Amino acid sequence: MDTAPARDSAPPRTTAADARRGAPASRRPVLPYLLIAPTVLALAVVLGYPLAGLLLLSFQDMTRRELFSGAAPPWAGADNYRTVLTDGFFWEVLARTLLFTLVCVGVTMALAVPVALLMRRVDPWLRAVMAGVLVAVWAMPVMVAASVFRWLSDADDGVLNWLLGLLPGVDLDKHNWFYDPWQGFAVIAGVVVWGALPFAVLTLEAALTQVPRELAEAAVLDGANARQLFRHVTLPVIRPALVLVTALLAIGCTGVFNEIWLLRGGRPESDYYLLGVYSFIESFAVNRYSTGAAISVITVLLLLGGAVVYVRRLRALGEIE
Amino acid sequence: MTAARPVRGRRTAHALGLLFSAVMAFPVYWMLLTAFRPATEIHRSPPALWPGHLTLEHFRRAVETPAFWSSVRASALVGAGTVVLALLIGTLAAYAVARFSFTGRRVFVVTVLCVQMLPLVGLIIPVYLLLSDVGLTDSLTGVILTYLVFTLPFTVWLLRSFVAGIPVELEEAAMVDGCTRLGAFRRVGLPLLAPGLVATSLYALVQAWNEYVLAYVLLSSNDKQTLSVWLVSFQTGFGTDYGGLMAGATLTALPVVVFFVLVQRKVAAGLAAGAVKG
Repeated sequence: MDTAPARDSAPPRTTAADARRGAPASRRPVLPYLLIAPTVLALAVVLGYPLAGLLLLSFQDMTRRELFSGAAPPWAGADNYRTVLTDGFFWEVLARTLLFTLVCVGVTMALAVPVALLMRRVDPWLRAVMAGVLVAVWAMPVMVAASVFRWLSDADDGVLNWLLGLLPGVDLDKHNWFYDPWQGFAVIAGVVVWGALPFAVLTLEAALTQVPRELAEAAVLDGANARQLFRHVTLPVIRPALVLVTALLAIGCTGVFNEIWLLRGGRPESDYYLLGVYSFIESFAVNRYSTGAAISVITVLLLLGGAVVYVRRLRALGEIE
Repeated sequence: MTAARPVRGRRTAHALGLLFSAVMAFPVYWMLLTAFRPATEIHRSPPALWPGHLTLEHFRRAVETPAFWSSVRASALVGAGTVVLALLIGTLAAYAVARFSFTGRRVFVVTVLCVQMLPLVGLIIPVYLLLSDVGLTDSLTGVILTYLVFTLPFTVWLLRSFVAGIPVELEEAAMVDGCTRLGAFRRVGLPLLAPGLVATSLYALVQAWNEYVLAYVLLSSNDKQTLSVWLVSFQTGFGTDYGGLMAGATLTALPVVVFFVLVQRKVAAGLAAGAVKG
């Protein structure tokens, strides 16, 4: 994009211009702080304070009594973390969450890259159709998507069983997809991937428009085949977008809650727990608020790992001066 | 042979593109088909893939559920409140980040980016405790404030790139011609920022429209629940009334889809310029 260099150098130029014009020195430092003050205040009060509260709660022992009376819960030290980390079930949920994230991100990216490349090759009318479908899917609220997939995979009248039954040698009449958690998670991953594809494809397609046409033509003239063209010309240009999309998808998949909640009718079996569902159930169904908080803290730390990758990538791009 | 290969490749590409579109569109198609077809056709085996008789009975049943209109009202209020506040506060911060260099700027940006990753589900308990301290549980205000904070980081980030995309010389020219900084922003910057504001409002609306857990935990009165909560309670309450459920799902999706279609171009531009710079 040809405006990019100008945009990147805009902030320093402003200050230089201000200084040249001799803007009052006392005003300049105050204004930006006034402008970010509402954001900082909102984040600190409604996010920072609860975050600190979550951390505190994970070191206390809160029960229903303290929650409703407002009395200070007794101090528990690292007991909650010890309970959680020595519980085999927690590790099972953690492993399941990581596997789920890996599969969802992997499948989404494995589909998104070829489809984005495809969109650059087809006629404009078909590209418009594909983009239109993707935007329509993107607009589907999560709960709507989950409801639709619940109906598609219904054991009695779901169209999925019937469609798959058309394949030779497959009989799925009255097949319940959620009886076996592996199959159940396949449906859940289906909703997640279906919902994530529009963002991934459209972002990568936008990135692909940045590949200079002359460069691709020159590579072809020099005898590069399709694979070499992709590896040495296309990939370097879209790599930043690839990393960003992957990081954002990974963070989204790790925090999945709504799809599982709805597809399991608001009462997920313990085989269907991922970290988000697990900490919610611990807190609100079993009323072990402090254990739930400890699980939340661990989840947040995990997600911050993804956030670090994302921020570092943005910094490498020069987005954070 | 060299002439035949591109043609065949093009055909394959087009066939794959059509197949992909069909598979992606199928769930949406099936939702609409189920919502508009009579119950006898919904439960027919084998299912008919094409529309036969059309009916509005499922929509009537969905709309007549007790909490439907109050949920529409609640979702509209929450959506509008979140969008307006996020744009108002977010534009100020985005302007500061894009136009000034100040101490703590980088810390602010990195914090905003990291905070964007926090899951609302993980913070439900302490957010609940905070809101109950100030008497904002079971109130739409409490929900709006929480959604605001969870949409604000990305709002700031997205708007920042839009502000940075407006040449600063335009505003400087207005200031040379006698505008104040605020006047220059209002008369020159704001109109140019309009596409960015539209793209950002879409993001904020989708966040507010999608959210379920907080609304479910916080809003205990029936007349305050949002459409997501209504849709879920529809399934637990009505069992396998898939006709009604798909009608309800269609109605829930409708406002967002309409908004999406209206602003589609601007969103694409926003993505290209904003969240991910290609």
